Amino acid sequence: MRVLGIETSCDETGIAVYDSDKGLLGHALYSQIDVHAEYGGVVPELASRDHVRKILPLIEEVMAAAGTEPEALDGIAYTAGPGLIGALMVGASVGRALAYGWNIPALGVHHMEGHLLAPMLEPEPPAFPFVALLVSGGHTQLVEVLGIGEYTLLGESLDDAVGEAFDKAAKMLDLDYPGGPQIAKLAQQGRAGRFTFPRPMVDRPGLDFSFSGLKTHTLNTVAEHAGPDGLPDQQTCADIALAFESAVVSTLVIKCRRALEQTGLRTLVIAGGVSANVHLRSELTSALTKIGAGVFYARHEFCTDNGAMIAYAGCQRLLAGQSEPLGVTVRARWPLDSLPECKVNK
Amino acid sequence: MVANFISLGPTSFMTHILAIDTSTDACSVALSANGTVTGLFELAAKSHTQRLLPMVEELLHQCHCGLENLDAIAFGRGPGSFTGLRIGLGVVQGLAFARRLPVIPVSTLAAMAAGYWRRNPDAAVRPVLTSLDARMNEVYWSVYRACSGQQTPEQVIEEQVISPASAASAMNDWEEAFDGIGQGWHYDELRSLDPHTIEQACYPAAEDIARLAVEAFTRGEAVPVQEARPVYLRDTVSWKKRTRIRS
Repeated sequence: MRVLGIETSCDETGIAVYDSDKGLLGHALYSQIDVHAEYGGVVPELASRDHVRKILPLIEEVMAAAGTEPEALDGIAYTAGPGLIGALMVGASVGRALAYGWNIPALGVHHMEGHLLAPMLEPEPPAFPFVALLVSGGHTQLVEVLGIGEYTLLGESLDDAVGEAFDKAAKMLDLDYPGGPQIAKLAQQGRAGRFTFPRPMVDRPGLDFSFSGLKTHTLNTVAEHAGPDGLPDQQTCADIALAFESAVVSTLVIKCRRALEQTGLRTLVIAGGVSANVHLRSELTSALTKIGAGVFYARHEFCTDNGAMIAYAGCQRLLAGQSEPLGVTVRARWPLDSLPECKVNK
Repeated sequence: MVANFISLGPTSFMTHILAIDTSTDACSVALSANGTVTGLFELAAKSHTQRLLPMVEELLHQCHCGLENLDAIAFGRGPGSFTGLRIGLGVVQGLAFARRLPVIPVSTLAAMAAGYWRRNPDAAVRPVLTSLDARMNEVYWSVYRACSGQQTPEQVIEEQVISPASAASAMNDWEEAFDGIGQGWHYDELRSLDPHTIEQACYPAAEDIARLAVEAFTRGEAVPVQEARPVYLRDTVSWKKRTRIRS
């Protein structure tokens, strides 16, 4: 089965063609980072307008690169949520109408299921069951995954998502948006041990997270060391970035280890934009291999939003016979554990 | 509210044009087939994504027309609700790209004027002041005059987004009688212009978009779908100031 995937849930237009026999045939991504950078965050109306401009040229480009004529497509998968509702509507409307025009089935994909399954696109994919750590700008969740659509939420952030905390900390340090990669870059010049930030909620049982206290601590540290222009010197900023990143990473490591112990599972999948963080990957890998667990993650370009993961996830559900009616439903919020099971792939 | 209507237009081109509009709380689709226009119209606030394609399917079924019979797709290109315009264009992008069809962007305000005169032929002697509520104390605004021998109205005042007070003051010297149509006419500043007739419950409808599109199509105004864009009127510059976080 060959599926066209369309992702427009936030500030990136992602298109891909995935074939269940031949694998990923083509993909392209248009990032709007430059559009939103001057606002310090994603402006939803600008994002929606840009998706309208970019979506057809990208579809043409990817189908040509994938050597795929419309007749060769068996289905279309589009992100139906969670995300920015106006942005979702663009991809969903185009995707559903394309499928109608080509007389093939369409499927609305859960964005975080896409992320969760993205490591399946790698040469050595993880096998079910596993624990997934979903970390992005909008999500911080630990999920027990028995199969596609068989999800149990183990814990989640009670306040900010990890990616959101990174963005806010970056803003405090006057770094550009998006903040995650900027903090990570600055942290490379940081001196370990200069600051030690609190590891939130690690002393409490359970698998929930909280990052608002860490955010306040970062803000106070910045204020304490601020010079006349309101910012600490460059080295201090780097030290703060490292302390912040280390606190986040070790919190995530502690909770992931706890999730594996609690479920008795031996495999961890990290997914979502923050899973691109090199420090997080290496710390999780070294901590968890010590206890005999395997750690899997997607290649860098498939950690952040992309069309490939949507094409893959949609393909699995289309293969199981699932599809959408002509009426399109998109959801700003959509609990992952409300998705139906996908029996074929069990 | 569901209203079905069938009307015989004066044109009889051997063309099949599908028209859609989702620029306001209304959701409508229409087919112009060899000069006959058939339309479906609903008030579907917040449910355009759920209703639009099922309505297209129902219409085509009712008209015994397949997507493969279409020559072009027309759409209400704005002004109107930003999200609504994108739902409509999104569906047009999907359908037109899939079927390799050209598209015809039609002004929602011009369609309102044409629709008003279709329902009230005697009113066509007066110009019509069209107005949709753009929120933030502004209206989408334009003035049209009927043209004999064609459906497409003549634009007298360029489409713009403007405060009701400014729109009204620009019309103060206007001596001829005129009518006012559209949701924007709830503003007191506009009502003080004292039009001959006010029809506030006037929406752009795909039926009228189809009729204007047939004329645009014969004038050669269809464009490749890749080039089709919504006309928001309120551009990025005007709300950059409000959303800017850092200077």
